[in-house]
Amino acid sequence: MHGYANPARFLKIARWFTMPLLVGGLLVTAAALVWGWTSAPPDRLMGDSVKILFIHLPAAWLGMGGWTAIAIASLVELVWRHPLAAISARAVAVPGAVFAFLCLVTGSIWGRPTWGTWWVWDGRLTSMLVLLFLYLGYIALTNALAREGSSSRIAAIFGLVGAINVPIINRSVVWWNSLHQPASITMGNSAIDPVYLYPLLASVLGFSLLFGGVVFARMRAILADAQAEARLRRKAQKAELAQTARGDA
Amino acid sequence: MTDSATRGLKPKHQRLVLLSLALVALIGAGLLAAWALRNQASYFYLPSEIVAHAPGPDQGVRLGGMVEMGSIKEQPDGTTIHFVVEDGTAKVPVSFTGIVPALFVEGSGVVADGRMGADGVFVAEELLAKHDENYVPKELEGMSQEQVRRQVEATLE
Repeated sequence: MHGYANPARFLKIARWFTMPLLVGGLLVTAAALVWGWTSAPPDRLMGDSVKILFIHLPAAWLGMGGWTAIAIASLVELVWRHPLAAISARAVAVPGAVFAFLCLVTGSIWGRPTWGTWWVWDGRLTSMLVLLFLYLGYIALTNALAREGSSSRIAAIFGLVGAINVPIINRSVVWWNSLHQPASITMGNSAIDPVYLYPLLASVLGFSLLFGGVVFARMRAILADAQAEARLRRKAQKAELAQTARGDA
Repeated sequence: MTDSATRGLKPKHQRLVLLSLALVALIGAGLLAAWALRNQASYFYLPSEIVAHAPGPDQGVRLGGMVEMGSIKEQPDGTTIHFVVEDGTAKVPVSFTGIVPALFVEGSGVVADGRMGADGVFVAEELLAKHDENYVPKELEGMSQEQVRRQVEATLE
Protein backbone atom coordinates (compact mmCIF):
# COMPACT_ATOMS: atom_id res chain seq x y z
CA MET A 1 0.00 0.00 0.00
CA HIS A 2 2.88 2.34 0.76
CA GLY A 3 3.91 1.90 -2.86
CA TYR A 4 1.41 4.63 -3.69
CA ALA A 5 2.52 6.78 -0.76
CA ASN A 6 4.73 8.66 -3.16
CA PRO A 7 2.47 11.47 -4.47
CA ALA A 8 4.31 11.57 -7.81
CA ARG A 9 3.52 7.92 -8.48
CA PHE A 10 -0.08 8.38 -7.31
CA LEU A 11 -0.51 11.45 -9.55
CA LYS A 12 0.66 9.49 -12.58
CA ILE A 13 -2.06 6.89 -12.01
CA ALA A 14 -4.72 9.42 -10.94
CA ARG A 15 -4.20 11.40 -14.15
CA TRP A 16 -5.14 8.28 -16.12
CA PHE A 17 -8.22 7.53 -14.04
CA THR A 18 -9.83 10.94 -13.57
CA MET A 19 -11.18 11.64 -17.04
CA PRO A 20 -12.51 8.13 -17.86
CA LEU A 21 -14.27 8.03 -14.49
CA LEU A 22 -15.86 11.47 -14.93
CA VAL A 23 -16.91 10.97 -18.56
CA GLY A 24 -17.95 7.34 -18.02
CA GLY A 25 -19.89 8.32 -14.91
CA LEU A 26 -21.72 11.09 -16.74
CA LEU A 27 -22.63 8.80 -19.65
CA VAL A 28 -23.78 5.88 -17.46
CA THR A 29 -25.78 8.19 -15.17
CA ALA A 30 -27.47 9.93 -18.09
CA ALA A 31 -28.26 6.61 -19.78
CA ALA A 32 -29.60 5.11 -16.53
CA LEU A 33 -31.84 8.11 -15.82
CA VAL A 34 -33.22 8.21 -19.38
CA TRP A 35 -33.79 4.44 -19.22
CA GLY A 36 -35.52 4.68 -15.83
CA TRP A 37 -37.60 7.73 -16.61
CA THR A 38 -38.85 6.46 -19.99
CA SER A 39 -39.27 2.73 -19.27
CA ALA A 40 -40.49 2.59 -15.66
CA PRO A 41 -44.28 2.42 -15.32
CA PRO A 42 -46.11 4.40 -12.59
CA ASP A 43 -46.08 2.79 -9.13
CA ARG A 44 -49.37 1.30 -7.92
CA LEU A 45 -49.63 3.95 -5.17
CA MET A 46 -47.10 6.70 -5.88
CA GLY A 47 -47.68 7.04 -9.62
CA ASP A 48 -44.92 8.75 -11.58
CA SER A 49 -43.26 10.23 -8.50
CA VAL A 50 -41.59 6.82 -8.05
CA LYS A 51 -39.03 8.03 -10.61
CA ILE A 52 -37.34 10.23 -7.98
CA LEU A 53 -36.03 6.91 -6.61
CA PHE A 54 -33.36 6.84 -9.36
CA ILE A 55 -31.69 9.90 -7.85
CA HIS A 56 -32.75 9.67 -4.21
CA LEU A 57 -31.35 6.22 -3.45
CA PRO A 58 -27.91 6.59 -5.13
CA ALA A 59 -27.55 9.96 -3.39
CA ALA A 60 -28.39 8.40 -0.01
CA TRP A 61 -25.98 5.49 -0.50
CA LEU A 62 -23.12 7.73 -1.68
CA GLY A 63 -23.74 10.23 1.11
CA MET A 64 -23.38 7.44 3.68
CA GLY A 65 -20.63 5.67 1.70
CA GLY A 66 -18.67 8.93 1.61
CA TRP A 67 -18.48 9.16 5.38
CA THR A 68 -17.58 5.47 5.62
CA ALA A 69 -14.66 6.21 3.29
CA ILE A 70 -13.66 9.22 5.45
CA ALA A 71 -13.71 6.99 8.55
CA ILE A 72 -11.54 4.31 6.90
CA ALA A 73 -9.08 6.94 5.58
CA SER A 74 -8.96 8.52 9.06
CA LEU A 75 -8.12 5.16 10.65
CA VAL A 76 -5.38 4.57 8.03
CA GLU A 77 -4.01 8.04 8.71
CA LEU A 78 -3.93 7.65 12.49
CA VAL A 79 -2.53 4.11 12.56
CA TRP A 80 -0.31 3.78 9.48
CA ARG A 81 0.41 7.51 8.89
CA HIS A 82 -0.17 7.00 5.18
CA PRO A 83 0.50 10.37 3.52
CA LEU A 84 -2.41 10.12 1.06
CA ALA A 85 -5.03 9.13 3.66
CA ALA A 86 -5.75 12.67 4.89
CA ILE A 87 -5.86 13.98 1.32
CA SER A 88 -8.32 11.33 0.20
CA ALA A 89 -10.57 11.98 3.20
CA ARG A 90 -10.59 15.71 2.38
CA ALA A 91 -11.32 14.91 -1.26
CA VAL A 92 -14.31 12.70 -0.38
CA ALA A 93 -15.93 15.24 1.94
CA VAL A 94 -17.23 17.66 -0.72
CA PRO A 95 -18.94 15.16 -3.07
CA GLY A 96 -20.20 13.33 0.03
CA ALA A 97 -21.84 16.51 1.29
CA VAL A 98 -23.32 17.23 -2.15
CA PHE A 99 -24.92 13.76 -2.31
CA ALA A 100 -26.23 13.99 1.28
CA PHE A 101 -27.82 17.33 0.33
CA LEU A 102 -29.22 15.86 -2.90
CA CYS A 103 -30.73 12.97 -0.90
CA LEU A 104 -32.45 15.38 1.50
CA VAL A 105 -33.78 17.63 -1.29
CA THR A 106 -35.12 14.80 -3.48
CA GLY A 107 -36.58 13.12 -0.39
CA SER A 108 -38.37 16.31 0.58
CA ILE A 109 -39.78 16.80 -2.94
CA TRP A 110 -40.88 13.14 -2.91
CA GLY A 111 -42.39 13.36 0.57
CA ARG A 112 -44.81 16.16 -0.30
CA PRO A 113 -46.98 14.20 -2.81
CA THR A 114 -46.60 10.76 -1.18
CA TRP A 115 -46.57 11.29 2.60
CA GLY A 116 -48.28 14.68 2.53
CA THR A 117 -45.41 16.65 4.08
CA TRP A 118 -42.09 18.22 3.05
CA TRP A 119 -40.35 17.32 6.28
CA VAL A 120 -40.86 15.47 9.57
CA TRP A 121 -38.45 15.01 12.45
CA ASP A 122 -38.40 11.21 12.40
CA GLY A 123 -35.30 9.11 13.01
CA ARG A 124 -34.25 8.62 9.39
CA LEU A 125 -34.68 12.21 8.19
CA THR A 126 -33.09 13.71 11.31
CA SER A 127 -30.02 11.44 11.26
CA MET A 128 -29.53 12.16 7.53
CA LEU A 129 -29.65 15.92 8.25
CA VAL A 130 -27.07 15.36 11.00
CA LEU A 131 -24.85 13.67 8.38
CA LEU A 132 -25.03 16.79 6.17
CA PHE A 133 -24.07 19.00 9.14
CA LEU A 134 -21.19 16.63 9.99
CA TYR A 135 -19.92 17.00 6.41
CA LEU A 136 -20.13 20.80 6.57
CA GLY A 137 -18.30 20.83 9.91
CA TYR A 138 -15.65 18.44 8.58
CA ILE A 139 -15.08 20.56 5.44
CA ALA A 140 -14.74 23.75 7.51
CA LEU A 141 -12.33 22.05 9.93
CA THR A 142 -10.08 20.51 7.23
CA ASN A 143 -9.98 23.82 5.34
CA ALA A 144 -8.97 25.71 8.49
CA LEU A 145 -6.28 23.13 9.34
CA ALA A 146 -4.89 23.21 5.79
CA ARG A 147 -4.79 27.01 5.77
CA GLU A 148 -2.80 27.10 8.99
CA GLY A 149 -0.61 24.21 7.92
CA SER A 150 -1.57 22.28 11.07
CA SER A 151 -1.65 18.51 11.42
CA SER A 152 -4.85 16.91 10.12
CA ARG A 153 -5.01 14.53 13.09
CA ILE A 154 -7.94 16.40 14.70
CA ALA A 155 -9.90 16.04 11.45
CA ALA A 156 -9.14 12.30 11.42
CA ILE A 157 -10.52 11.95 14.96
CA PHE A 158 -13.61 13.93 13.86
CA GLY A 159 -13.96 11.56 10.89
CA LEU A 160 -13.87 8.50 13.16
CA VAL A 161 -16.23 9.87 15.82
CA GLY A 162 -18.70 11.06 13.19
CA ALA A 163 -18.83 7.54 11.70
CA ILE A 164 -21.11 6.48 14.56
CA ASN A 165 -23.91 8.32 12.71
CA VAL A 166 -23.71 6.03 9.66
CA PRO A 167 -25.05 2.86 11.35
CA ILE A 168 -27.61 5.04 13.15
CA ILE A 169 -28.96 6.26 9.77
CA ASN A 170 -29.03 2.67 8.53
CA ARG A 171 -30.81 1.27 11.60
CA SER A 172 -33.06 4.28 12.33
CA VAL A 173 -36.03 2.76 10.50
CA VAL A 174 -35.64 -0.51 12.41
CA TRP A 175 -35.00 0.82 15.93
CA TRP A 176 -37.64 3.53 15.96
CA ASN A 177 -41.12 3.94 14.50
CA SER A 178 -40.50 6.33 11.63
CA LEU A 179 -42.44 7.83 8.75
CA HIS A 180 -39.72 6.68 6.35
CA GLN A 181 -40.21 3.05 5.28
CA PRO A 182 -37.63 0.32 6.07
CA ALA A 183 -34.94 -0.63 3.56
CA SER A 184 -36.20 -2.03 0.25
CA ILE A 185 -32.87 -3.57 -0.69
CA THR A 186 -31.17 -5.76 1.91
CA MET A 187 -28.45 -8.40 1.50
CA GLY A 188 -29.48 -10.34 -1.60
CA ASN A 189 -33.11 -9.32 -1.31
CA SER A 190 -35.16 -6.62 -2.99
CA ALA A 191 -38.74 -5.46 -2.53
CA ILE A 192 -38.37 -3.32 -5.65
CA ASP A 193 -39.90 -4.64 -8.84
CA PRO A 194 -37.29 -5.44 -11.57
CA VAL A 195 -38.71 -2.71 -13.87
CA TYR A 196 -37.43 -0.18 -11.29
CA LEU A 197 -34.53 -2.18 -9.88
CA TYR A 198 -32.35 -2.54 -13.01
CA PRO A 199 -32.34 1.17 -14.01
CA LEU A 200 -31.80 1.93 -10.32
CA LEU A 201 -28.68 -0.23 -10.11
CA ALA A 202 -27.38 1.32 -13.35
CA SER A 203 -27.92 4.76 -11.84
CA VAL A 204 -26.08 3.71 -8.66
CA LEU A 205 -23.14 2.58 -10.84
CA GLY A 206 -23.14 5.85 -12.82
CA PHE A 207 -23.25 8.11 -9.76
CA SER A 208 -20.53 5.99 -8.09
CA LEU A 209 -18.19 6.39 -11.09
CA LEU A 210 -18.83 10.14 -11.01
CA PHE A 211 -18.09 10.18 -7.28
CA GLY A 212 -14.79 8.36 -7.88
CA GLY A 213 -13.84 10.77 -10.67
CA VAL A 214 -14.53 13.82 -8.50
CA VAL A 215 -12.49 12.32 -5.64
CA PHE A 216 -9.49 11.72 -7.94
CA ALA A 217 -9.78 15.22 -9.41
CA ARG A 218 -9.95 16.78 -5.95
CA MET A 219 -7.00 14.74 -4.66
CA ARG A 220 -4.93 15.99 -7.61
CA ALA A 221 -6.03 19.57 -6.92
CA ILE A 222 -5.16 19.32 -3.21
CA LEU A 223 -1.71 17.86 -4.03
CA ALA A 224 -1.08 20.58 -6.63
CA ASP A 225 -2.09 23.22 -4.08
CA ALA A 226 0.37 21.83 -1.54
CA GLN A 227 3.14 21.75 -4.17
CA ALA A 228 2.50 25.36 -5.24
CA GLU A 229 2.49 26.53 -1.65
CA ALA A 230 5.76 24.73 -0.87
CA ARG A 231 7.37 26.33 -3.94
CA LEU A 232 6.19 29.82 -2.93
CA ARG A 233 7.49 29.28 0.59
CA ARG A 234 10.91 28.21 -0.72
CA LYS A 235 11.02 31.26 -2.98
CA ALA A 236 10.12 33.59 -0.11
CA GLN A 237 12.80 31.98 2.08
CA LYS A 238 15.42 32.42 -0.63
CA ALA A 239 14.47 36.08 -1.10
CA GLU A 240 14.65 36.65 2.63
CA LEU A 241 18.09 35.03 2.82
CA ALA A 242 19.33 37.18 -0.06
CA GLN A 243 18.01 40.31 1.62
CA THR A 244 19.69 39.57 4.98
CA ALA A 245 22.93 38.80 3.15
CA ARG A 246 22.78 42.19 1.41
CA GLY A 247 21.99 43.90 4.70
CA ASP A 248 25.05 42.36 6.30
CA ALA A 249 27.33 43.55 3.54
CA MET B 1 12.16 -9.13 29.41
CA THR B 2 10.76 -5.65 28.98
CA ASP B 3 12.86 -5.38 25.88
CA SER B 4 11.03 -8.24 24.17
CA ALA B 5 7.68 -6.84 25.33
CA THR B 6 8.29 -3.42 23.79
CA ARG B 7 9.84 -4.93 20.70
CA GLY B 8 6.72 -7.11 20.26
CA LEU B 9 4.48 -4.04 20.11
CA LYS B 10 5.58 -1.63 17.43
CA PRO B 11 4.23 1.96 17.68
CA LYS B 12 2.06 1.22 14.66
CA HIS B 13 0.41 -1.70 16.46
CA GLN B 14 0.15 0.24 19.68
CA ARG B 15 -1.85 2.90 17.83
CA LEU B 16 -4.00 0.23 16.20
CA VAL B 17 -4.86 -1.39 19.56
CA LEU B 18 -5.52 1.98 21.20
CA LEU B 19 -7.74 3.18 18.37
CA SER B 20 -9.62 -0.13 18.21
CA LEU B 21 -10.40 0.13 21.93
CA ALA B 22 -11.52 3.73 21.49
CA LEU B 23 -13.75 2.72 18.57
CA VAL B 24 -15.32 -0.14 20.54
CA ALA B 25 -16.04 2.27 23.41
CA LEU B 26 -17.49 4.81 20.97
CA ILE B 27 -19.77 2.27 19.25
CA GLY B 28 -20.85 0.99 22.67
CA ALA B 29 -21.74 4.54 23.75
CA GLY B 30 -23.66 5.09 20.52
CA LEU B 31 -25.63 1.85 20.91
CA LEU B 32 -26.45 2.67 24.54
CA ALA B 33 -27.68 6.12 23.51
CA ALA B 34 -29.84 4.62 20.76
CA TRP B 35 -31.23 2.09 23.25
CA ALA B 36 -32.03 4.86 25.74
CA LEU B 37 -33.80 6.79 23.00
CA ARG B 38 -35.84 3.82 21.77
CA ASN B 39 -39.11 5.34 22.98
CA GLN B 40 -38.37 9.05 22.75
CA ALA B 41 -36.98 8.89 19.23
CA SER B 42 -40.00 7.10 17.82
CA TYR B 43 -42.03 9.26 15.51
CA PHE B 44 -45.39 7.77 16.51
CA TYR B 45 -47.08 5.35 18.89
CA LEU B 46 -48.81 2.15 17.80
CA PRO B 47 -52.50 1.60 18.65
CA SER B 48 -51.55 -1.02 21.29
CA GLU B 49 -49.29 1.54 23.01
CA ILE B 50 -52.02 4.21 22.89
CA VAL B 51 -54.57 1.76 24.33
CA ALA B 52 -52.17 0.58 27.07
CA HIS B 53 -51.11 4.10 28.11
CA ALA B 54 -53.98 6.38 27.16
CA PRO B 55 -52.72 9.96 26.65
CA GLY B 56 -54.49 12.84 28.43
CA PRO B 57 -57.19 14.79 26.56
CA ASP B 58 -54.87 17.80 26.09
CA GLN B 59 -51.78 15.80 25.15
CA GLY B 60 -50.87 15.93 21.47
CA VAL B 61 -49.67 12.54 20.19
CA ARG B 62 -49.00 10.84 16.90
CA LEU B 63 -50.78 7.57 16.24
CA GLY B 64 -49.37 5.28 13.56
CA GLY B 65 -50.49 1.97 12.11
CA MET B 66 -52.45 0.34 9.32
CA VAL B 67 -55.78 1.64 8.04
CA GLU B 68 -58.17 -1.27 8.61
CA MET B 69 -59.70 -2.75 5.45
CA GLY B 70 -63.22 -1.43 4.80
CA SER B 71 -63.07 1.03 7.67
CA ILE B 72 -62.94 4.37 5.80
CA LYS B 73 -66.40 5.96 6.08
CA GLU B 74 -67.14 9.33 4.54
CA GLN B 75 -69.37 11.48 6.71
CA PRO B 76 -72.41 13.39 5.37
CA ASP B 77 -70.59 16.78 5.57
CA GLY B 78 -68.31 15.59 2.72
CA THR B 79 -64.99 16.60 4.31
CA THR B 80 -64.89 14.45 7.43
CA ILE B 81 -63.85 10.81 7.36
CA HIS B 82 -63.89 8.13 10.03
CA PHE B 83 -61.54 5.17 9.91
CA VAL B 84 -59.83 2.63 12.17
CA VAL B 85 -56.06 2.35 12.75
CA GLU B 86 -54.84 -1.09 13.82
CA ASP B 87 -51.53 -2.85 14.47
CA GLY B 88 -52.69 -6.45 14.69
CA THR B 89 -53.39 -6.40 18.43
CA ALA B 90 -55.32 -3.17 19.07
CA LYS B 91 -57.61 -0.81 17.16
CA VAL B 92 -58.22 2.93 17.55
CA PRO B 93 -61.07 4.75 15.74
CA VAL B 94 -59.96 8.04 14.14
CA SER B 95 -61.84 11.07 12.83
CA PHE B 96 -60.25 13.55 10.42
CA THR B 97 -61.50 16.64 8.59
CA GLY B 98 -59.57 17.85 5.56
CA ILE B 99 -57.73 16.68 2.47
CA VAL B 100 -56.05 13.29 2.75
CA PRO B 101 -52.65 12.54 1.13
CA ALA B 102 -52.66 10.55 -2.13
CA LEU B 103 -51.24 7.42 -0.52
CA PHE B 104 -53.92 7.28 2.17
CA VAL B 105 -55.74 4.02 1.32
CA GLU B 106 -57.17 1.07 3.23
CA GLY B 107 -54.59 -1.55 4.19
CA SER B 108 -51.75 0.97 4.01
CA GLY B 109 -49.75 2.76 6.70
CA VAL B 110 -50.83 6.08 8.19
CA VAL B 111 -49.58 8.52 10.84
CA ALA B 112 -52.25 10.71 12.46
CA ASP B 113 -51.23 13.77 14.48
CA GLY B 114 -53.87 14.84 17.02
CA ARG B 115 -55.34 14.03 20.42
CA MET B 116 -57.51 11.38 22.06
CA GLY B 117 -61.13 12.44 22.53
CA ALA B 118 -63.12 11.69 25.68
CA ASP B 119 -65.33 9.32 23.67
CA GLY B 120 -62.37 7.14 22.70
CA VAL B 121 -62.18 8.53 19.14
CA PHE B 122 -58.79 9.91 18.13
CA VAL B 123 -59.29 13.35 16.54
CA ALA B 124 -56.55 13.89 13.92
CA GLU B 125 -55.45 17.37 12.87
CA GLU B 126 -52.97 16.13 10.29
CA LEU B 127 -52.72 12.92 8.32
CA LEU B 128 -49.48 11.57 6.83
CA ALA B 129 -49.39 8.52 4.60
CA LYS B 130 -46.68 5.95 5.22
CA HIS B 131 -45.23 4.10 2.27
CA ASP B 132 -44.01 0.53 2.64
CA GLU B 133 -40.77 -0.84 1.20
CA ASN B 134 -42.45 -2.38 -1.88
CA TYR B 135 -42.25 -0.77 -5.30
CA VAL B 136 -44.76 -2.39 -7.66
CA PRO B 137 -46.05 -1.14 -11.03
CA LYS B 138 -49.81 -0.59 -11.46
CA GLU B 139 -50.17 -3.52 -13.89
CA LEU B 140 -48.94 -6.02 -11.30
CA GLU B 141 -51.18 -4.78 -8.51
CA GLY B 142 -53.33 -7.47 -6.92
CA MET B 143 -51.31 -10.36 -8.33
CA SER B 144 -49.84 -12.94 -6.00
CA GLN B 145 -46.06 -13.19 -5.58
CA GLU B 146 -46.02 -16.24 -7.84
CA GLN B 147 -48.03 -14.50 -10.57
CA VAL B 148 -45.74 -11.47 -10.41
CA ARG B 149 -42.68 -13.67 -10.77
CA ARG B 150 -44.13 -15.41 -13.82
CA GLN B 151 -45.20 -12.11 -15.38
CA VAL B 152 -41.72 -10.66 -14.88
CA GLU B 153 -40.03 -13.73 -16.32
CA ALA B 154 -42.31 -13.61 -19.35
CA THR B 155 -41.42 -9.95 -19.93
CA LEU B 156 -37.71 -10.53 -19.60
CA GLU B 157 -37.57 -13.50 -21.97
